[in-house]
Amino acid sequence: MTAPALHLTGDLCLGGRRLCPGLNLHCAAGTWTVLLGPSGVGKSSLARLIAGLPCPAHLTGGIAADDGMALAGRVTLMAQTDQLLPWADALANVTLGARLRGDRPDPDRALALLGRVGLEGHADRRPATLSGGQRQRLALARTLMEDRPIVVLDEPFSALDAATRATMQDLAAEVLQGCTVILITHDPLEAARLGTGAWLLDPTGATPLGLPATRAPRPVSDPATLAAQADLYRRLMTPDHAA
Amino acid sequence: MTRLLPGLAALVFGLTLWQVVVWATGVPHFILPGPMRVASALRDNAALLGAQAGVTLANLAMGLTAGIALGMASALNLAMSPAARLLLRPLMVFAQAVPVFALAPIITLWLGYGAPSKVVMVALVTYFPVTSAFFDGLMRLPPDLDDLARQMQARPLRRLLLLQLPHALPALGSGLRLAAVQAPFAVIIAEWVGASKGLGHLMLLSNGRAQTDLMFAALILLAAISLCLFLAADRLARHWDR
Repeated sequence: MTAPALHLTGDLCLGGRRLCPGLNLHCAAGTWTVLLGPSGVGKSSLARLIAGLPCPAHLTGGIAADDGMALAGRVTLMAQTDQLLPWADALANVTLGARLRGDRPDPDRALALLGRVGLEGHADRRPATLSGGQRQRLALARTLMEDRPIVVLDEPFSALDAATRATMQDLAAEVLQGCTVILITHDPLEAARLGTGAWLLDPTGATPLGLPATRAPRPVSDPATLAAQADLYRRLMTPDHAA
Repeated sequence: MTRLLPGLAALVFGLTLWQVVVWATGVPHFILPGPMRVASALRDNAALLGAQAGVTLANLAMGLTAGIALGMASALNLAMSPAARLLLRPLMVFAQAVPVFALAPIITLWLGYGAPSKVVMVALVTYFPVTSAFFDGLMRLPPDLDDLARQMQARPLRRLLLLQLPHALPALGSGLRLAAVQAPFAVIIAEWVGASKGLGHLMLLSNGRAQTDLMFAALILLAAISLCLFLAADRLARHWDR
């Protein structure tokens, strides 16, 4: 599994309206690219388009992988909601992909992944008996089980409390190493901690953002990270974005 | 026990009220027998009532089984096949608009006085609520689970069995509740229209012979059967609701 780089080009349109024009985004292979922006600019639409899910918006240019192969079957999306089956236990949730495809599930690998995300011994628990953080860990284990080279994270940690979110960011950065990750977020700190490349999306288009050159995930207390966070806040809060 | 207590109190209150009305108005017992009289009718005719209730129960059980099985199969078929939806849905809406109880005479004419006409009536009134509730549940997979199925490249049948079916169980439960309420009506009407056995037949017969106490005894048995049926369906539905 070598992760390809992604290239997104064109105008992001919804109906006749241009949400975000003139995109020319490069998401480097095997690294995290952050798409930061205010609500309503079409970040989630972009996530759905990359994942090949039905979406009312469309991108006039297109989405291409640099290895020239189709994206279908190589992308997995982790959404803001955990998308867990309430009637199935943790193990059954993690092995869902294989079962839906009619393949033989691999429970040993699923159990190993549950252990890797810190849910050892929770295999027979239903989602309702897990905490919000544990549920996102379970969703992460399910995402890892799919073993896709391209992972789109659409604000997956936004519903968690600050400390749990920071822990989940570290965990995701660790377990998704080697994948081409596109992280959609409106949280400047999340962008500053996790991004290798970053873009600010707004109704005028996409602007590249400067992030520290250090390796992600950057510690929350790192002065360079905090400075980057402050800078991102400033750029999000300029009048044309506040609207 | 504490859950049963209010129900028990209501029952005692109802029976007392009934007896008081009978005493106070002095109506003849062939118009309105008191609860004591009905109780003794229940006791004296236990064998007869038991046999007739057995017939009615058997008709109910067969009709419910057939109606629920056919209803579930139809809903699954409709959920799987867009062609079936296109063809059968309008037909089903039309069929549902026909009051099934109005069909009882014609069904009796076709199928006779025996069990088949009762079973078909019960199956008919059970079929539609089960089909439509279960079908709705199957088609209302939450969008986020639909997304999951798409990106996991789910096979249609697997999607149906692993996602749609478990998600539709609470809806199926509501359909079963409705069916449990309707089924006793159906069996009694079918037995009124034409039968030689069953609680409905017994009620009609005892009514004609001014054996009002026996009629009430049969009615009470029928109410008990309906209640048990509903409680069973409700229990199942609650289990699926969790």
